[in-house]
Parts: sequence; C-alpha cells; structure tokens
Amino acid sequence: MREKTLKFVVTFKNTAGALGMEKFCMERRLPGRLIPVPRQISAGCGMAWCAPWEEKELLGEALSRFAGQVQEQHKLWL
Amino acid sequence: MIYLDNAATTLKKPETVIRAVAEAMGTLGNSSRGVHGASLAAARTVYQAREAAARMFGCAGPERVAFTGNVTEALNMALEGIFAPMLERQEAVHLISTDLEHNSVLRPLYRLQDRGARLSFAKADEKGRISYEELEGLIGPDTRGIVCTHASNLTGNLLDLDRIGGIARRCGLYLIVDAAQTAGVFPIDMEAMGIDVLCFTGHKSLMGPQGTGGLCVGGRVTIRPLKVGGSGVHSYDRHHPASLPEALEAGTVNAHGIAGLLEGISWIFDTGMEKIREKEMELAFQFYEGIRQIPGITVYGDWETCRRAPIVTVNLEGMDAGELADVLWTDYEIAVRAGAHCAPRMHRALGTEETGAVRFSFSVFNTAQETAAAIRALKEIAGTSGE
Repeated sequence: MREKTLKFVVTFKNTAGALGMEKFCMERRLPGRLIPVPRQISAGCGMAWCAPWEEKELLGEALSRFAGQVQEQHKLWL
Repeated sequence: MIYLDNAATTLKKPETVIRAVAEAMGTLGNSSRGVHGASLAAARTVYQAREAAARMFGCAGPERVAFTGNVTEALNMALEGIFAPMLERQEAVHLISTDLEHNSVLRPLYRLQDRGARLSFAKADEKGRISYEELEGLIGPDTRGIVCTHASNLTGNLLDLDRIGGIARRCGLYLIVDAAQTAGVFPIDMEAMGIDVLCFTGHKSLMGPQGTGGLCVGGRVTIRPLKVGGSGVHSYDRHHPASLPEALEAGTVNAHGIAGLLEGISWIFDTGMEKIREKEMELAFQFYEGIRQIPGITVYGDWETCRRAPIVTVNLEGMDAGELADVLWTDYEIAVRAGAHCAPRMHRALGTEETGAVRFSFSVFNTAQETAAAIRALKEIAGTSGE
C-alpha cells in the first residue's frame, strides 16, 4: 500500500476551475497534480488539486487567481 | 465538385482539424469522468477549446463556455432556460426578434409564445434590412429580451450588434445572439457588444466537425438546464450541478469533435480572421459583380455595404429555384442550396415565399477560378454566355 503523507487538497466548484488550476501550475512548474476528490471530502466524484503540504505556500498565486472557482481547501493524509 | 454551400456547412476543413479528430478518437477517454491519463487528456482538450472559444468571443472565462451539439441546441437551451422560468412564475414576457431569423431562433420563440410569451419582430425591407429605430420602438414595459442573428443565412445581411447591444443594455434587456453565420469570420466581443448569450455552431466558419457547437454565457444571466443527468461531479446530489459549464453539459460531451473544433479555432487565430474575411468577401463580390447583370437574375440582400456575410442568393426568371440548383449540380457539379433555407420570415419579406431562392455561399477555401466557373455556369443557364 502507498505510504500516506500530509497533503494540501483543493476542490473546485467546477471542472473548468480544476483544469485551469492545472494549466496555471504546470506552466509555472508549481507543485501538485489533479486527483480524484478524496472520500474524506466528498462522496461524489470530480477532481481536486493535490500537493505536498509543505509546498502549500508555493500555490498562493494560483489560489488567488482561481479564488472564484475554489470550493474548499483541506489538509489530509493521502 | 465546386462546393458553394458553405453557409450550410464548410466541406473543406484544415488538415489539422481532420487529424485532431482522428487522433482524439484513438486517445481520449471521457472528459471529466475520472482522473486517469485518458480522461484527463479529454478534459484538457475540452478545457483548451473552452479557452479558445472564450478568447474568440470575448467571453468572461472558459468556465462560461458550454458545448452543445449545434447552434440550434444552444439557442433552445438559452431561450428555454432564461424565459420559460419567467413564464412559469406568471411573469409577463415580451421578446423582440427580427425577420432575418432562422427557424433555430423562430421555433423556440414560437414555442414560448404558445406558453404565453408575447413576440414582436423588427420587419425587414425588400433588401432584407431592418430599422433599428423600429426595433427600439417595439420595446415595452414587459420586454425582457432581444433575440437575433448576427447575419441572415439567406441574404448575408449583417445586423449591427454594437447598436442592438447598446439598445439592450440601455433598456435592461437580455441579448441572445445566433452567430451561426459569422463565428470565426467576424469579430464578436460579448462584453463590448453587451451580449448575454452567444450561440455558435462549430461546423461552419469555425471549421470544426458537425456535432459541435455551444453557448457562451455572460455574467448576469442564469440559464435553467434543458437536460440533467451525468455530470462527473456531485454524483450523490439529487439535482444537477448549478455551476457552469457542468450545469449545461449533462452527459458525455463530444470530446472527439471538440478536439477538431479546437484546431479549427486555432487555425483561424493562426490564419487571421481579417484575412479569412477579406478572401471570402472578395469571392462573394467577384460572384455578385459577375452575375448581377445577367438578364432575368435577381440578387437578394443589401449590396450597398461591404460588411456582409459571403452569401449571394439569387433567382433566375422563369426557372424554379430547385431546378436551377439541380442543373448547377448535374451539369456543372456546383453544389448550392435551393429552397426556403429555414428562414420563412426572410423569404416573406423578400417576396420569395413561393419561389424559394438559390444560395451561393463562399468559404476561404474556395478560389477565384471556382467562382468564375460558377459565373459562367449561371450565364450559360440563363442563355447569355456569349454576351
């Protein structure tokens, strides 16, 4: 089984927000990737942005840019 | 074949569009249904297409672009989704449109009329032009919106969206626009023009495949979804998600087609919209100048302005429109469109309700040689080839 580490997880109001976040972060080599929304957050499906917790601060600009589309921010062991 | 039916659908597409669709069919999973590589590849492609469409139409953001199967679906979604809830709340709903409209606008409007909406139409004159003063004069206390095309699919006449948008904004009305004949050829800026919903099709001047289209939704409008169902998110909610674009995209989107549409829009950006428009207008005016003196020919529309869609619609005296189109096809392999063109009010205004008309419509991929051949064909058919 994959070893769990502390993660910073961001969910979005729509998938366009998640994909916009991915594009923004990839272009700037910011940490993280899209993952299925963890069950601890929602039992539904959808995609979330997941980055190592210790790199959370690097995502400040991205979070500001997509503030209107971000739904929640979480600290999770994943 | 000389294909001059581009107002129906563009036949010749950029090679990049064809390759993109073929590649997408071999690589894309279901967009926004899972977060594995194939699904993400589809989701990224669709997202890029949303970005491209938002950029092309001056839409506030990619999340406000929802894809549909065609412009008719988009118009139905917009008109039903905005105005049917008002009627259900017993509100007075008066809508203004024009004689230039296609049935994709008219029939959804008539359906709203059957449920209590009041409709008024700005009348077209014998050249297919409307009076903007008359349009503004139709506005009353119960008027909620203006619904209009950007260009007539029959005459090619353009409506002045800046002016109509100004009227709509000044009077607090929604403006819903059918851009079927102009998207990709004429600049459209929703924000600047005051357009609340812009409906487009992918398979005409945007150079995408059939089965693609969409609507760009402005910030002050809410559209009740026509369809609900799978959305890829909030699966345990009883109701369909309210956030755009999922709200308007129940079910799997046509990612294969949208991959082609993305390449079509990218091709327009790379080629230059102005360059495309100039070429198409050159061909349309070459054709118009070449045929307008033929005895017995009637050319419809307003040719006093260069700001028009590349459409030339004619009738030849003594010949049925269908017969003329058939002779052009069987004897010259020239593909044109005869009949009513799903534009009944426009035909009535032009006096061609009984006869129909024959429409020649040009694409950037047509040539001056093809246009000259079409002129020669019409002259021969009219019996004036030696003149």
